[in-house]
Amino acid sequence: MTKPLKQIHLAAHFPGVNNTTVWSDPRAGSHIEFSSFAHFARTAERAKFDFLFLAEGLRLREQGGEIYDLDVVGRPDTFTVLAALAAVTEHLGLTGTINSTFNEPYEVARQFASLDHLSGGRSAWNVVTSWDAFTGENFRRGGFLPQEERYSRAKEFLATANELFDSWHGDEILADQETGTFLRDAKAGAFVHTGQHFDIHGQFNVPRSPQGRPVIFQAGDSEEGREFAAAEADAIFSRHGTLEAGQAFYTDIKSRLAKYGRRPDQLLILPAATFALADTDAEAEELAREVRRQQVSGATALKHLEFVWNRDLSAYDPEGPLPDIDPDVGDDHISKGRAQVRMYRDPIATAHEWRELAEANKWSIRDLVIHTGNRQNFVGSPATLARTIDEFVQADASDGFILVPHITPTGLDEFADKVVPLLQEKGVFRTEYEGTTLRDHLGLAHPENVPS
Amino acid sequence: MSPAPSSLHLAVALDGTGWHPASWREPVASPRDLFTAAYWADLVTEAERGLLDFVTIEDGLGLQSSHFLDPDERTDQVRGRLDAVLIASRVAPLTRHIGLVPTVVSTHTEPFHISKAIATLDHVSTGRAGLRVQLTARPNEAAHFGRREIPRIDAYDQPVIHDLFDETADYVEVVRRLWDSWEDDAEIRDTATGRFIDCDKLHYIDFEGRHFSVKGPSITPRPPQGRPIVSALAHDTVPYRLVARAADVGYITPYDADEARAIVAQIRAEQNVAGRAAEPLHLFGDLLVFLDDDPGAATARRARLDALAGEPYTSDAQIFAGTPSQLADLLQELQGAGLSGFRLRPAVAGHDLPAITRGLVPELQRRGVFRRAYEADTLRGLLGLARPANRYTEA
Repeated sequence: MTKPLKQIHLAAHFPGVNNTTVWSDPRAGSHIEFSSFAHFARTAERAKFDFLFLAEGLRLREQGGEIYDLDVVGRPDTFTVLAALAAVTEHLGLTGTINSTFNEPYEVARQFASLDHLSGGRSAWNVVTSWDAFTGENFRRGGFLPQEERYSRAKEFLATANELFDSWHGDEILADQETGTFLRDAKAGAFVHTGQHFDIHGQFNVPRSPQGRPVIFQAGDSEEGREFAAAEADAIFSRHGTLEAGQAFYTDIKSRLAKYGRRPDQLLILPAATFALADTDAEAEELAREVRRQQVSGATALKHLEFVWNRDLSAYDPEGPLPDIDPDVGDDHISKGRAQVRMYRDPIATAHEWRELAEANKWSIRDLVIHTGNRQNFVGSPATLARTIDEFVQADASDGFILVPHITPTGLDEFADKVVPLLQEKGVFRTEYEGTTLRDHLGLAHPENVPS
Repeated sequence: MSPAPSSLHLAVALDGTGWHPASWREPVASPRDLFTAAYWADLVTEAERGLLDFVTIEDGLGLQSSHFLDPDERTDQVRGRLDAVLIASRVAPLTRHIGLVPTVVSTHTEPFHISKAIATLDHVSTGRAGLRVQLTARPNEAAHFGRREIPRIDAYDQPVIHDLFDETADYVEVVRRLWDSWEDDAEIRDTATGRFIDCDKLHYIDFEGRHFSVKGPSITPRPPQGRPIVSALAHDTVPYRLVARAADVGYITPYDADEARAIVAQIRAEQNVAGRAAEPLHLFGDLLVFLDDDPGAATARRARLDALAGEPYTSDAQIFAGTPSQLADLLQELQGAGLSGFRLRPAVAGHDLPAITRGLVPELQRRGVFRRAYEADTLRGLLGLARPANRYTEA
């Protein structure tokens, strides 16, 4: 018996504030005007995508003591722009990244419940954590959280928010104009939470929203992050975009679900995916090379090398050889507000490896950064992209992808017009939305309403 | 074309099904729709149809209550609400001219978050955003956050109240500094050097206060209006001082022209003390309105709603029940006492808002004191306020 075809889930990541986004392209539009967000969301909805995804960062990145100026800088408030996008779309899910460190559960729960009401049940929350004092300098709490506590706080934050979402059961509002009873229960929304990080009680003031709770995303890749996702999340925004790495991650995560009493289909794995799309495979390869060079200018290459070297390398020629001095392994990092620098756990070893790689291939600094950086996940003609994406999903490397175009706001248009119809022809992607809520699109059950 | 000098400004305050606690029981009310986007879109588009300057949207960090400080556990009134900033943003793409002024609470929230939220509302609405800042001394709302205890208060002149207002003034200062933390031309997209922004045009705000310190800059570029409108409701000396120090628009609640004159004088004096005498500050009168073409109908409606509520409704603001023409007379009289506009609180949103837009507005237009078309694309433009220079831009 052949396995039934899996249905693919697709989402659109609004181009972010890193060098994946090519702002120097003449077609690149505004990253802040609402018209850009509206165009992007409407394209995703036209293509019947599951949802739009917004990242967030609460302090502008710095490097070498200055605000990092080579990438797009500046973005809107997540909740506010998602609420506005609810007005220009009807079905598209609206996923926002919201930090559990520099917020409070009562306020975040109000905002997600409100967004869920105002979008008719389309909200999702990518729960992220941070602990750094650098970001904390913008908030009342400051940089207070030891790194090892960030998941314990995130877990308790989400648990508390869920208690608030569930504090209304959905049947409290009678609004009986004849008898004059608005609320069935004077204690609607009552909650008490006592824990290590939060000690709060009272009444939640937003009635139960269409989805009950927003769809929960998790994005961290650490052991703790994976366990958190297996226990709590509806979907994972992962970074394992190759077939083998994707399959390994997929198997790892799905095997963790049983101990939490969950089925494999209750947690979707949706890696970020970049792409280069052209009429032919050869043209797409050429485009991919060209975009990589746009993404890694000489100046960007030096800055990225600084992530490893942790030193000012501005005196080096990006078209020349790698520095022969070793990285500075001091605690204070030249780059602030960027999670990616933590990837390099042994900078001296990485530096040696890269020097050898560059010498063997006769690569300049810029060549090295281009080659060691992330190549587009999918490169090819519409037919190639449709086939490859389908293969990845059917081979359980993922349940779909969160596509990250490199041009704002039109970077998804061609994919919508040329690739999506091919996936629909294969019978692996919806031709019409079948439900109204994001949970419907993702095939996730609605949380049970606890009778009051 | 700017409005004639005698023109007055008109805003409407939206709160649930209306300000009378029994408003939800009127046949015209749609209490079951309160938590839908369509409900709010209908109200705001109706206000825009009447060419109003802006709408405010009430909010709070706990359930509504008829008590000053505590929950009331009543089940016969509307309870529960949606986040006002998100309501405003949800309706922004559906409207084109009207200002959107959600309530934000300064006491337990983050000025960094609110600054970028209102900046984003301004981007989404292309220059129509404002905020109405409110503090809370309610112990139950403090318990929703669990970060601090707020001692019980019973009068405005207690130290805890001064402290909450001082914190609110700091909050507004931080919110505004963050709006200015990007200069207008900070985004340069210089392909020659590869620089997206000019770092010299982004600024740390380095605010240090008793309740919070904020480094900056904002993550959101300077909004289209430069600084969205800041407004506050005030009933006493301490809040008058906040209006004088920090607001672009203050809402006050005089019961007659003499009281209006006295409050205006007090706020103007505080404005001088704060060194803001030269800065424009609109003072709007707040009035709760029952509006019908037949004067008897308005008072009868008020009596009917009071009977349904089981007690006469009292308000911090003067309650008016009468015809559009009578209300126009009252507004013009109060205008003569130094008010430049009014924020009307419809007793029943579904009835009194259309009565404002379709009855009062035409009456004011006939008298030549209200616009016949929107004359500006931004809320600052409608209020006759210039786009402010950036404090961090060197001359």
